[in-house]
Amino acid sequence: MFRNQYDTDVTTWSPAGRLFQVEYAMEAVKQGAAAVGLRSASHVVLATVNKAASDLSSYQKKVFKIDDHIGVAIAGLTADGRVLSRYLRNECINHAFVYESPLPVSRLVVRLADKAQRISGLTLMILQEQVCTQRSWKRPYGVGLLVAGLDETGAHLYYNCPSGNYFEYQAFAIGSRSQAAKTFLERRFESFNNYSRDELIKDAIFAIKETLQGEKLTSAICTLAVVGKDEAFHLIDQKIIQELIDSMEIKEDAPADQAPVTDEDGSTGAAPMDI
Amino acid sequence: MALRRDWVYENNGGTCVAIAGSDYCVIAADTRLSVGYSIYTREFSKICNLADKCVLATSGFQGDMKALQKNLAARHLIYQHQHNKQMSCPAMAQLLSNTLYYKRFFPYYTFNILGGLDSNGKGCVFTYDAVGSYERVGYSAQGTGAGLIIPVLDNQLKSPSPLLLPAKDAVTPLSEAEAVDLVKDVFASATERDIYTGDKVEIVVINASGIRQELMELRKD
Repeated sequence: MFRNQYDTDVTTWSPAGRLFQVEYAMEAVKQGAAAVGLRSASHVVLATVNKAASDLSSYQKKVFKIDDHIGVAIAGLTADGRVLSRYLRNECINHAFVYESPLPVSRLVVRLADKAQRISGLTLMILQEQVCTQRSWKRPYGVGLLVAGLDETGAHLYYNCPSGNYFEYQAFAIGSRSQAAKTFLERRFESFNNYSRDELIKDAIFAIKETLQGEKLTSAICTLAVVGKDEAFHLIDQKIIQELIDSMEIKEDAPADQAPVTDEDGSTGAAPMDI
Repeated sequence: MALRRDWVYENNGGTCVAIAGSDYCVIAADTRLSVGYSIYTREFSKICNLADKCVLATSGFQGDMKALQKNLAARHLIYQHQHNKQMSCPAMAQLLSNTLYYKRFFPYYTFNILGGLDSNGKGCVFTYDAVGSYERVGYSAQGTGAGLIIPVLDNQLKSPSPLLLPAKDAVTPLSEAEAVDLVKDVFASATERDIYTGDKVEIVVINASGIRQELMELRKD
């Protein structure tokens, strides 16, 4: 009821102790096209759904290489995602310049979280004059980032929110219809640590398929990227993705001759919610 | 041995050479690091692979060389992120020039040669002074042994002037193997007379199939 009174400014608290602007920013993430990340002991895989504004246009880039050992997938305002990617790339280059070694993933996500927090004005009152709704660059970032990376301590997958929070995950999904992917991942994540690189990629594709809810999965609407112990972060070629999808569908069609409707994984678990 | 507080540079000696061919480029530098009449190390590389078709060889003050190489490598990484491709050799040449001139009033004490393949796959060599003045040439030498090497390269590689009468043919282009042999010969000769040049010469050859490296022993005295 009081929501509209306390949501103009990111530095205004509501009586219930919430910052609505930050929550609205997280909504922007939920509206974006889906992105999933999975981690094993030696590899991390990111997959995203390529949503194009129309059939005539191309899709927006949602996976960015940050350094040889780190990449991100974004959901939400992709423009904000590009700005943040530029920032992350600079941080990695500067660290490597000074220390001649790759920036550990955990340090990178902390810097990203600090940056998000500064903007959302959750820190000292002194910073209040920095945050002004008249200035377009002082609003919270409307993008969630799945940060996948490898460093001396192993493989890592983090999720950075617009609020400035970050968490480490074995697997996660963000964006629209990500709950379906999350349900799928929740059933399987315990064995991810022992997965081989190829098994991890296959499960990432399956997870993306869950978010499509019946839409046909082709390599054209899916972007896949992997980083591993001896493998720099890179996007996987579209041809290879299509081959994987085809090989997965052949396996499904074979036993499922009584299921004419979907080409889903036969998941009869919790009904996938819309958001 | 710089005891004066106002002299912040040091000449670490060494020589670099590069020769451009029709479809290859040879870049070479010795591996000796000296100061005064002493040798710091016999195994120091003055060559840096900046891009897959672009290699930098630097003589002069090696502290500045290291800083310059790191600077260019970081800028190249940024370029790759923004443009999704490697920098071409002529683009890197301009970047190096700008980077050097940026410190016009506190220069990098470096004498650079940039070698590689241009966008047409032809060999190119760019030679620099310490503040960024550069020129694309067919061959070049920089460093303490340059004065001994350039006359030999002129004799072997310099094309006759088009103003001469009777008209002379352009010099026969060298093959890659001949160019590498010439480089080995000039280094062996420079080593005889220049105290700062010797130990080993690192020869890098860039051609369509990639970058290849070889080392040749030189006199150690």
